[in-house]
Amino acid sequence: MNVITVKIFRNALVTALWFMFLTFPIMVIKVNTTENLIIWRWHNLLYVGVTAFTASLLTALYRQYRDRKRGQQQQKEGTGRVSWNERFFNTPAITRPICALGALFFLVFPLLFSTYQVNIMTTALMYVVLGLGLNIVVGVAGLLNLGYVAFYAVGAYTYALLNMHYGVGFWVALPLGGIMAALFGILLGFPVLRLRGDYLAIVTLGFGEIILLVLKNWSEFSQGPGGISNISRPGLFNIQLSMEATLNYQYYLTIAMVLLTIFVINRLQNSRIGRALFALREDEIACQAMGIDKTTIKLTAFALGATWAGLAGVLFAAKNAYINPDSFTFLESAMILCIVVLGGMGSILGVIIGALILILLPEYLRAFSDYRMLAFGAILVSMMIFRPQGIVANIRQSYRSSKDGVP
Amino acid sequence: MEYFLELVFSGLTRGSIYALIALGYTMVYGIIGLINFAHGEIYMIGAFTALIIATVLNMYGLPLPAVLILASIAAVIWSAAYGFTVERVAYRPLRGAPRLSPLISAIGMSIFLQNYVMLAQTPNFLPFPTLIPEPAFLEPIASMVGATDLAILLVTTVVMVLLTLLIKFTRTGKAMRATSQDRTMAFLVGVNVDTVISITFIIGSSLAAIGGVLIASHIGQINFYIGFIAGIKAFTAAVLGGIGSIPGAVLGSFVLGLTESFATGYVSSAYEDVFAFSLLVLILIFRPAGLLGKASIEKV
Repeated sequence: MNVITVKIFRNALVTALWFMFLTFPIMVIKVNTTENLIIWRWHNLLYVGVTAFTASLLTALYRQYRDRKRGQQQQKEGTGRVSWNERFFNTPAITRPICALGALFFLVFPLLFSTYQVNIMTTALMYVVLGLGLNIVVGVAGLLNLGYVAFYAVGAYTYALLNMHYGVGFWVALPLGGIMAALFGILLGFPVLRLRGDYLAIVTLGFGEIILLVLKNWSEFSQGPGGISNISRPGLFNIQLSMEATLNYQYYLTIAMVLLTIFVINRLQNSRIGRALFALREDEIACQAMGIDKTTIKLTAFALGATWAGLAGVLFAAKNAYINPDSFTFLESAMILCIVVLGGMGSILGVIIGALILILLPEYLRAFSDYRMLAFGAILVSMMIFRPQGIVANIRQSYRSSKDGVP
Repeated sequence: MEYFLELVFSGLTRGSIYALIALGYTMVYGIIGLINFAHGEIYMIGAFTALIIATVLNMYGLPLPAVLILASIAAVIWSAAYGFTVERVAYRPLRGAPRLSPLISAIGMSIFLQNYVMLAQTPNFLPFPTLIPEPAFLEPIASMVGATDLAILLVTTVVMVLLTLLIKFTRTGKAMRATSQDRTMAFLVGVNVDTVISITFIIGSSLAAIGGVLIASHIGQINFYIGFIAGIKAFTAAVLGGIGSIPGAVLGSFVLGLTESFATGYVSSAYEDVFAFSLLVLILIFRPAGLLGKASIEKV
């Protein structure tokens, strides 16, 4: 039974009072320095207090629940029980029909909904591609890349510049964008991949900022903050398409891209490289001891992740027909990271669900769109604390010996 | 020559601010081995608190010195409180989790705090009141160095000396050094590790708050985003000096500050941040342990 003891109640009260004190200057006082006005917003203090109180109570109850769960599990030691959620998402008999239904839904989507919805869905699917790409780097190989959006920018600008100067079409630029991004990935990865994980995070963050600054300031090369417009949309055998048909065409292109990504990553996970990457994530030293070349395998992961970002970048430039550096800020990287973390690091289905939730929800809940980034921050923290494996936990294929020891 | 001196002073000023922030990074890293991404945000919150309190006090007609002192104290108190809370909420539950978890949590905290200030206050730049007056005796050299620059240098020096004394000669300092050498062993000999970690966060955040107040009155305007770039640069400085080493952080900050100052003065100001990040990448390639750090070998 969950019980609210006096201690929990008192703790919640103290927490509430502490947060009311903590947020007092920022939440309550609002100054207008030009007109020398002060606005006191005492009602905010009440909101903070109530929120902190509830959050504290819920956390305490959750901890009780978790500890009891653990106690039960220890009693049943050795049965190798997995939670309903893991069983649910890893039973082919359940997941296959769901995937089939999902695929059907996405195929007929443009027939059922307006072009506006199709446009939003295309954006969401692009984030699925980006999320899956980052998943190779963060989820599978365990390398935290905070400058992922830089590779996305490389892809987008490759297409935009080639199209502007030489009139290169989408289909030629698509592989080129991927290759360019991969080259940049190797260029960055080569020197820094010898470093430990947290240094890597900050260097990739710095790299992302450098790319952004160069794009903003080197106007002769990238047209500066104004961006590049009139980028050709993807062609279909020189057939002239209406506006609606173009949007639908782009939607199906993105779907194809998502399917390709899923196919490649699925194949990758159980390949020699994939297993090496998982080993790298679990323990670098043990991985080296097993004879895996750490640098090569890290570079492979980095370049693979970058390639998908580059491909998505080309797609993005072609879809919007206009790009500028503002689309490639750190917040974008943070959002993609949030997709991967929320969905479940290493899990394909998880990343798809994560992307759809995080991109579609703010679109449909316009009223809350200001709070989007606030929510992303909170999601990152609370997922790490309460459910580090994400919505859909990724279980590696495992083999268990039978009871009497005969495999 | 005068231009050169001006650049030197501006470099030293920048370096002092970086040092105040970098110390927080390096102390936290030394003790729990975590890059506290939210540290830049603590600095930003310090600047905001000072701005808010200073404006309120100004309106009640307090004299300038009193406003300056009270606003700075408020900034330190609230920043320390934020630092303490961030550790309790986002990092303490993750002790013993895989390395990536606290790092992601820290990034989340950083994004959360940025947007919290943006939503609760304003997304625009706010003018920061001039809290440090320009005395007359500085007139002859005013083109090279202002009163704020001198105040920054002075305050930073005093704070550094105090911090060194604290760490070298007090019981708390000893406990901090013990914890950073070996957390388990320190625990076994009776150091309350949780308290030490909290104290580290409180000290680091207070230093960042002082840096925030000083830089805000130097530049004259703040917004919710100032913590991000300042944070990355201070981290660069900490790595440059050898992360985990306190003298290293100070040295690294001055090297970074002077480099940036000369690069913007003689090359181009548009690429100011590019120099800092390139410097970071170069150090990590050629001397990953930093200028004063010791290379550690990971043992199984």
